[in-house]
Amino acid sequence: MATEASHYYVPNPSLYPFILSVGLLLMAAGFIFNINHYAVGLWMLLLGFLCVLYVLFGWFGSIIDESESGKYKAWEDRSFRIGMIVFISSEVAFFAAFFGALFYMRNISVPELASFDPNFTMYKDFLGTWPTAGPGGMVLGMEYKPPQFTPMAAWGIPALNTLILLSSGATVTWAHWGLLKDNRRQLVIGLFLTIALGILFLGLQAYEYHHAYTEMGLTLGTGAYGATFFMLTGFHGFHVTLGTIMLIVILLRSMKGHFRPDHHFAFEGVAWYWHFVDVVWLLLFVLVYWL
Amino acid sequence: MALKRFKAMGAAIALAFWSKVAYAEFVWNFPKPVTPLAEDTLHVHNKFMLICMVIFLVVLGIMIYSIIHHRKDKGYKPANFTGPSTKAQVFWTLVPFALLLYIDFILMGIPAYHSVITMEDTKNNADMVIKVTGMQWRWQYEYMDGDAKGIKFVSNLKTPQEQIYNQAEKGPDYLLEVDNPVVLPVGKKVRILLTSNDVIHTWWVPQFGVARDAIPGFLRETWARIDEPGTYKGQCKELCGKGHGFMPVVVNAVSEDEFKKWAESKKAELAAASAVAEKEWSKEDLMALGKEVYEKNCSVCHQVDGKGVPPAFPPLAGSKIVNGPNFDAEGKLIKDSHLDRVFNGFRVMPAWKGVLNDVEIAAVVTYERNAFGNAMGDLLQPAQVKALR
Amino acid sequence: MTTAAQAHEAHHDHHPTGIMRWLTTTNHKDIGTMYLVFALIMFMVGGAMALAVRAELFQPGMQLMRPEFFNQLIGVHALIMIFAALMPAATGFANWLIPLQIGAPDMALPRLNNWGFWLLPPAAILLTLPFILALFGIGDGAIATGWTFYAPLSVQEGIGVDFAIFAVHLLGISSVMGSINIIVTIFNMRAPGMTMMKLPLFAWGWLITAFLLIATIPVLAGAVTMLLTDRHFGTHFFNAAGGGDPILFQHLFWFFGHPEVYILLLPVWGFIPHILSAFSRKPTYGYKAQVYSFWAIGILSLVVWAHHVFTVGMPVPALLYFMYSTMSISLPLAVLFFCWIATMWRGAMSFETPMLFATGWIILFGIGGLTGLVLADVAADAQYHHSYFVVAHFHYTLFAGGMMGMMAGTYFWLPKMTGRMYSEKLGKLHFWLTAIAFNLTFMPQFFLGLAGMPRRIPDYALQFAEFNMISSIGAFILGLSQLIFVYNIVSCIRGQGEKAADKPWEGAEGLEWTLSSPPPYHSFTVQPVVK
Ligand code: HEA
Ligand code: HEA
Ligand code: HEC
Ligand code: CUA
Ligand SMILES: [Cu+2]
Repeated sequence: MATEASHYYVPNPSLYPFILSVGLLLMAAGFIFNINHYAVGLWMLLLGFLCVLYVLFGWFGSIIDESESGKYKAWEDRSFRIGMIVFISSEVAFFAAFFGALFYMRNISVPELASFDPNFTMYKDFLGTWPTAGPGGMVLGMEYKPPQFTPMAAWGIPALNTLILLSSGATVTWAHWGLLKDNRRQLVIGLFLTIALGILFLGLQAYEYHHAYTEMGLTLGTGAYGATFFMLTGFHGFHVTLGTIMLIVILLRSMKGHFRPDHHFAFEGVAWYWHFVDVVWLLLFVLVYWL
Repeated sequence: MALKRFKAMGAAIALAFWSKVAYAEFVWNFPKPVTPLAEDTLHVHNKFMLICMVIFLVVLGIMIYSIIHHRKDKGYKPANFTGPSTKAQVFWTLVPFALLLYIDFILMGIPAYHSVITMEDTKNNADMVIKVTGMQWRWQYEYMDGDAKGIKFVSNLKTPQEQIYNQAEKGPDYLLEVDNPVVLPVGKKVRILLTSNDVIHTWWVPQFGVARDAIPGFLRETWARIDEPGTYKGQCKELCGKGHGFMPVVVNAVSEDEFKKWAESKKAELAAASAVAEKEWSKEDLMALGKEVYEKNCSVCHQVDGKGVPPAFPPLAGSKIVNGPNFDAEGKLIKDSHLDRVFNGFRVMPAWKGVLNDVEIAAVVTYERNAFGNAMGDLLQPAQVKALR
Repeated sequence: MTTAAQAHEAHHDHHPTGIMRWLTTTNHKDIGTMYLVFALIMFMVGGAMALAVRAELFQPGMQLMRPEFFNQLIGVHALIMIFAALMPAATGFANWLIPLQIGAPDMALPRLNNWGFWLLPPAAILLTLPFILALFGIGDGAIATGWTFYAPLSVQEGIGVDFAIFAVHLLGISSVMGSINIIVTIFNMRAPGMTMMKLPLFAWGWLITAFLLIATIPVLAGAVTMLLTDRHFGTHFFNAAGGGDPILFQHLFWFFGHPEVYILLLPVWGFIPHILSAFSRKPTYGYKAQVYSFWAIGILSLVVWAHHVFTVGMPVPALLYFMYSTMSISLPLAVLFFCWIATMWRGAMSFETPMLFATGWIILFGIGGLTGLVLADVAADAQYHHSYFVVAHFHYTLFAGGMMGMMAGTYFWLPKMTGRMYSEKLGKLHFWLTAIAFNLTFMPQFFLGLAGMPRRIPDYALQFAEFNMISSIGAFILGLSQLIFVYNIVSCIRGQGEKAADKPWEGAEGLEWTLSSPPPYHSFTVQPVVK
């Protein structure tokens, strides 16, 4: 190891992190101004987004160049792997917050609202069953009347989506086998299928949302059920989108001949991410749609 | 070294003590407990503090001994042990650990267990129930059963703005005085239900050993059995916006007889107030009462001069809403009209229908329409408000 | 895509100069320096806010500001002190020291490291910008809910809350990036022979901190995201009418908030033993016991959060569980105290400034910890909760335990970082003034709390006047004495003072002391072998 030390690749100074931070600052401030109805907001948001986009291309571009010019060896590779695992763990914690909210509302706050002392309760006919849009009432000076809505059934599109995501997990693994065997065709086809399944999933999800909003009376504002449903599936969908974009990058790189059987952290990182998104969906399917 | 610090600390404390003899009972510990719960809490607190003090002194003592004796400039040669090496040493390091386990879970754990159980025993043998509703920034009390059943009123800070802004001498009960204290009988177990109209507040009376959150949309409960007549003061304890420091709790504990008498007179007072809602009011009377109601309830946000604190609290002077109609051609309340805002509230603006009576609402609306340079000239009759209920 | 691609393979000291050096750096020491300087600046900013608070509380009555503004000050004071001063200080030390202590060439992911830092100034801007915007009539100032964001007050409040939400998002990303880097560095960059059980305690403390951050910061991010959607997009997470619950927010917040206090202190618990052992000229006592205690504290901290919400009306079993689990944290901490004192025991102690801070720290943090223990008692907590007793408790842990710990570390490693000795005389003066003024400020607050003064109030009843006055006087002395600290640091950075030896402290142990002071730009070009 001692000889390897001098070879740990310390990248040269780079302005990308700084620009990225500025971009995020602009996006955050822009978003805030926007939701508070200041016109500059949109422009700041756009400018920030451009900064972020620029950095994404530049930063990842330099990483790809460094990788292809052989600067990353086993030691650096290990850093990336550990880093990716830790990063995915933090994502797990993020979803845990929303699952926690679901658990809390469903098992604690909703039943509690229905179980106050009958002499004094303000929710005389609230049953506290799940799914619910809540008992209604005045809150912060706004009257909220729980809307009528149809909860999302598990065994239609959601079940189909489960199937789709599970098979996409299989295809990405199949692509990985291809890469390990240096079978480029299998790699590219596997990735292509995975991306197609991912996009199909997103399309169905979008259709489902549309349906919910237009016909089922189910929106973000539909009480506890609507909030947890849309936030959980929405953040999941957002992660699928990111995963799909990353897969597309990997596909393009594969087509350009990047990656070797013994050196393809980028591929694996994205594949792990994809599996993580899969697992979250399984939990969603069971806890949000089914039970 | 550390000793020196302690001298300094002692000096600071002594200074504090010396200047505070006037309030001696307030200085070092909880104020005098007047309920069984507060009594219990005080005992547990004293015991825990004592235990902690002893642990602290032991740890400090060992450290100071070491600091004094094991010094380089005294030529002390350092040892080089890094952990217990013999069985006996291991044993002696485990002893303090076991001792601490004992302290945590037996010495402190058991009394703590009992006080939790007492504290949460709100329903059994309760003699009466009151409901306390927190709102920005006042408390509303409602008697749910017994002699006082049906009595419902709001309790506002009484300290005038001039005292708060140092334009007048501060009274002895500065910030701890209200216009309508809640009255409770001594010797009765009072079950106290809590809720809130807007954000979270905490109803706290230190001498009762009681503090419980008032959470919007939820019911919480606690209890108190006051042993001695007297006036007991507390404050809202959960940050609830700009008036958080200005929503005191004042409880008058009186004998049962006095309580009955008080309930009678309060009921009569409230009945009289609702009777006058039927009669036709003159503009002068409405304006006079309206000014009073306004300054007590509305000026915290909209300011005495009606200029508000934009953008958070809109001005009423020149407001489109205030200078607009309340009722449409068919005599129905217009949505987002002046009366609708006051009656039903909107976002941060509280709904006053549950807090003020018909006369007060009519008066304050009339006042707003004809003050701060607004000149609508019209007036609202209490009967018109009553019709909305 | 070009800059890095054209760059040369070889490593040398070449780096841009001037401002570009700092904007673009990938060097762990440069980044560490930026973190530390940023922390110092924000400490001043947060401290200035605290002084404004204390000035208002000097006397009963509203003197200087409106209540709204007071509420904004306390919340932003706390957020800045915790997220922009104490945490960055700890991360700064991690960046400087961990690679040096484990014999690594740099942090494992240097560019990410730079990003982690550069997210902080934008976050600080977001936190403070609303103050300035309000001057121009935009919004009504910064977040006025205290640092805890409790819904529904935070749903009701103005634009400042939105800014704070996004500040928390940026801070969160920064902490997660920092943690990833530290975990990877510790797992992957250790010098040959540096097994996990030889890892310096500072690195251990940080490793647990990083795990805690990974587990809890995203939960905070989730909680404030729900807050954002409740505010602007019509969800009902914290709203009973829709079946939600304001208390849900509190649980989510404290699931993060409680581990956070150990996140702040674990790095300090890590480096205190280094200092104690150096100035006792005696090896650390109970290394393994300390490592296991770190683990125990880390794990326990994740399951005790609800002791912050004892007054919301939880069921009895939950109250009892959270009470006893909270109390059990005193056990691993007792082990740590035992080890620290045993490290001093029969050493040959001398009291240079770092050692003064370390011993003073033990005493003051002890007070903070022991008062924490009584807070765990549910029934008595009904009295302590949200009273000045709690304020005193957490300043004993956060200022004494956190900031004074950081000061001990600063004096200890400043010679290594700058190559210069600070003024010992001023250092000692700084310690004594700080320790005395600190007690003068916060000791009276214990009694205020017991007597019944709630926290977060801009004005108070007359019986609290004297103690508040003492506390305010103490705070101003405390604030002014920090100028000595600043002076000491600045003069070292500017190259005044004696040159420091490679190992300025006789008893210090560890790889960092084998390098020159200050260390070369690339620390260990060849990894040392640890026997
Ligand atoms: C770094 C910061 C830090 C640290 C280390 C701690 C440590 C502890 N804290 Fe503290 N705490 C805060 C920061 C911190 N706290 C903050 C910021 C708040 C308020 C937040 C807000 O509301 O804004 C708070 C609030 C707070 C509360 C809520 C009070 C309330 O609002 O009602 C409670 C309740 O249990 C508590 C308990 C504890 C306990 C048991 C410890 C333990 O870890 C302490 C362990 C240490 C010791 C016990 C001392 C050393 C041990 C010995 C000398 C050995 C012998 C001891 C025995 C076995 C008895 N803390
Ligand atoms: C790391 C955390 C940290 C630190 C270091 C501090 C440091 C200080 N804090 Fe703070 N504080 C908190 C964390 C911290 N605090 C938290 C979490 C809260 C709860 C907030 C809430 O309720 O939500 C709080 C709340 C809080 C309150 C309660 C407010 C209330 O409830 O109404 C008070 C009141 O006295 C206070 C005071 C101080 C003081 C005097 C210092 C001093 O130690 C500061 C000393 C430092 C300086 C002064 C700066 C350095 C020097 C200069 C700037 C030189 C120039 C000097 C002059 C101009 C004189 N703090
Ligand atoms: C908690 C602070 C608060 C108190 C107390 C308060 N208001 Fe308001 N009020 C508001 C806020 C905030 C608004 C703006 C609501 C909105 O548009 O979101 C408002 C709006 C109004 C409006 C509409 C003005 C406009 O132009 O939009 C009227 C009328 C009004 N209040 C009357 C009253 C009266 C009468 C009282 C007392 C009986 C009162 N308010 C007490 C906060 C308060
Ligand atoms: Cu109501 Cu604080
Ligand atoms: Cu805690």
